[in-house]
Amino acid sequence: MEFSFTEEQQELKSQARSYLAERFPAERVAELADSEAGWDPSSWAELVELGWLGVSVPEEQGGAGLGFVEEALLLEELGRALYPGPYFSTVALALPLLGDEDVADVVAGKTRWSASLDGSLVPDLALVDRVAVVEEGDARAVDARGEALETTDRTRRLGRLEAQDGTPLPGDVSKLRARALAAVAVEAVGIGERVLEYGVEYASTREQFGRPIGVYQAVSHKLADSYVGMQLSRSLAYWAAWCVSVDDAEAPVAAAAAKSFAADAAVAACERSIQVLGGIGFTWEHALHRYYKRALQLQAFAGYGAAHRATVARHLLGAPAAV
Amino acid sequence: MDLRDSPEEAEFRAEVQAWLEANLTDELRGGRYGERRFEEASRAWSRKLFDAGYAGLTWPEEYGGAGAPYSYQAIFLEESARAEAPQHIGVIGLGMAGPTIIAFGTEEQKARYLPKILSAEEIWCQGFSEPGAGSDLASVRTTAVQNDGGFLVNGQKVWSSFAHLADWCILVTRSDPESQRHAGLTYLLVDMHAPGVEVRPLRQITGESEFNEIFFSDVQVPAENVLGEVGEGWAVAMTTLLHERGTLGFALTGILDVSVRKLLALTRERGVDDPLLLDRVAQEWIELQALKLTNYRALTALMKTGIPGPEGSVSKLHWSESNQRLTKLALEILGEESQVAADGEGDWRYQQLRSRGNTIEAGTSEILRNIVAERVLGLPRSR
Repeated sequence: MEFSFTEEQQELKSQARSYLAERFPAERVAELADSEAGWDPSSWAELVELGWLGVSVPEEQGGAGLGFVEEALLLEELGRALYPGPYFSTVALALPLLGDEDVADVVAGKTRWSASLDGSLVPDLALVDRVAVVEEGDARAVDARGEALETTDRTRRLGRLEAQDGTPLPGDVSKLRARALAAVAVEAVGIGERVLEYGVEYASTREQFGRPIGVYQAVSHKLADSYVGMQLSRSLAYWAAWCVSVDDAEAPVAAAAAKSFAADAAVAACERSIQVLGGIGFTWEHALHRYYKRALQLQAFAGYGAAHRATVARHLLGAPAAV
Repeated sequence: MDLRDSPEEAEFRAEVQAWLEANLTDELRGGRYGERRFEEASRAWSRKLFDAGYAGLTWPEEYGGAGAPYSYQAIFLEESARAEAPQHIGVIGLGMAGPTIIAFGTEEQKARYLPKILSAEEIWCQGFSEPGAGSDLASVRTTAVQNDGGFLVNGQKVWSSFAHLADWCILVTRSDPESQRHAGLTYLLVDMHAPGVEVRPLRQITGESEFNEIFFSDVQVPAENVLGEVGEGWAVAMTTLLHERGTLGFALTGILDVSVRKLLALTRERGVDDPLLLDRVAQEWIELQALKLTNYRALTALMKTGIPGPEGSVSKLHWSESNQRLTKLALEILGEESQVAADGEGDWRYQQLRSRGNTIEAGTSEILRNIVAERVLGLPRSR
């Protein structure tokens, strides 16, 4: 039993953090979120250059030959920075469904993808070229045509896909869901960690009644609860990511458990930090609302917590006593 | 990252399972921790654990331990809990007094006390809390006045498990009457059979008596029974508490594991189909996994760095609240019957009432949240 990351994995994570801190500081993300395009297309070539699009792609196909644990570490950092761009859509949702040629195009940065899971709205529809439509256990590829929707989270806008015929995709649909849910869970960990930091920074410096508000337990205990929630989320999210990476039989239930818990915990952490920051936390100017909106979207993605807990209950108790 | 047992760990786990299967009789299974009617059985069980080499697994070999990695201790605790084996009757000696003696004791003290802790020949209890010093341990008033023979001890301790059986007590005293707070405390190893020591059971919310009050009236303690330096007892006591909370995680999660399994069995037996209840059952299972995995992360950090990481600080805090929620959920599934004794199901009544102590004992949830806020998050101190 060894539940920690290798030096190489930690190195990858800290490189990602430095790159994102430099290229996508909060002010830049705010600018992009309020822009019409919603992202900086030139960043895609940089991600290609960094090798992030081929992390789990075998070396002979031009990738790094690593696995989902490494992708998960990147997704956590991208979530933490609130990177606006279709990395999650391309890598976490669509990539495992694609054939060799499509994979090569993704790694080379020629094509961006997203996916619709059983009729769901499509994240980043306006930013991608192709969409993998997953329905009734089959996957097909279509063009990214449809309506871009006004979305609460302006750093990951959703779209409604236009009905169209497509070409079959070869990937294993049965494993897609667990991978997508695990990706959401690690992203939620990145979000929750960052908003907790905002809360701690503010509570340590903001003074009322002559003392920093963090001395008041009504404030500090809220933040302690966020910390507990994020530690537990981190454990579940990494477990799910590991199960996906080694194709463990527990992957579907681990991913359902991690997604429901981590997304709920991230939302709760955002809400506590908004409360701790008081009026500032409620403004458009502060970054918190963008994290909150992403967390809300993660909570809604592929079913709210109750749907995933129902999956867990079925797994634990066998066939449902009643449907 | 690999969340499976290593080949050596898997081998050790199989060995423990086989040993429990061969040695754990049905009468020994499922006893409530600390319940007095299990005492004799628990003593015999502890002796068996010692003979098999499972007492003090992580203690250094020079002090009679097995010198095994922490992961072996975790595996042993998991498997024991799963089999519903009684706990070692010397938990306070093994988990708290022993490690503190290893850290601060003289060679004579180590040789005198450690072997008998392992063999369960001597049972230990803890004399920390007082009627006026609960969460605020630094306000202890039990006095130790230096005299020719060592120290004369007077005072009262409370909430002491195993005191009615104990041969020895780890006692925090105020040795400097002029001192305030953390200074002037002395940590003593006190013979519970000495004249002037009186133990009275405390009856608790469940009707049982796991805990005791201890009264010390002119108890003479020899000078060689000071652990660490005179006046430096606070640092020694903190080491004890670090061990209390540090090794607790796996034992607690193991107990919760059994409760979740019983909850699932109850849900099945009762044919629960209310989606609101099923949702909560699933949530309890998810939170158990989260706790287990968090313990594993803490364990890996401990084995790599030798220092317990921040992950561990959440374990007891969250466990206690999970256990309270879970036991109440079981009552809801049972319905009105939860209020009366019924064969095989009466234990939920006991467990639910007992769980109210979980957020109070071994550091209240309020104190643990302070620790997270101040020591982990670095927020300004509240006092």
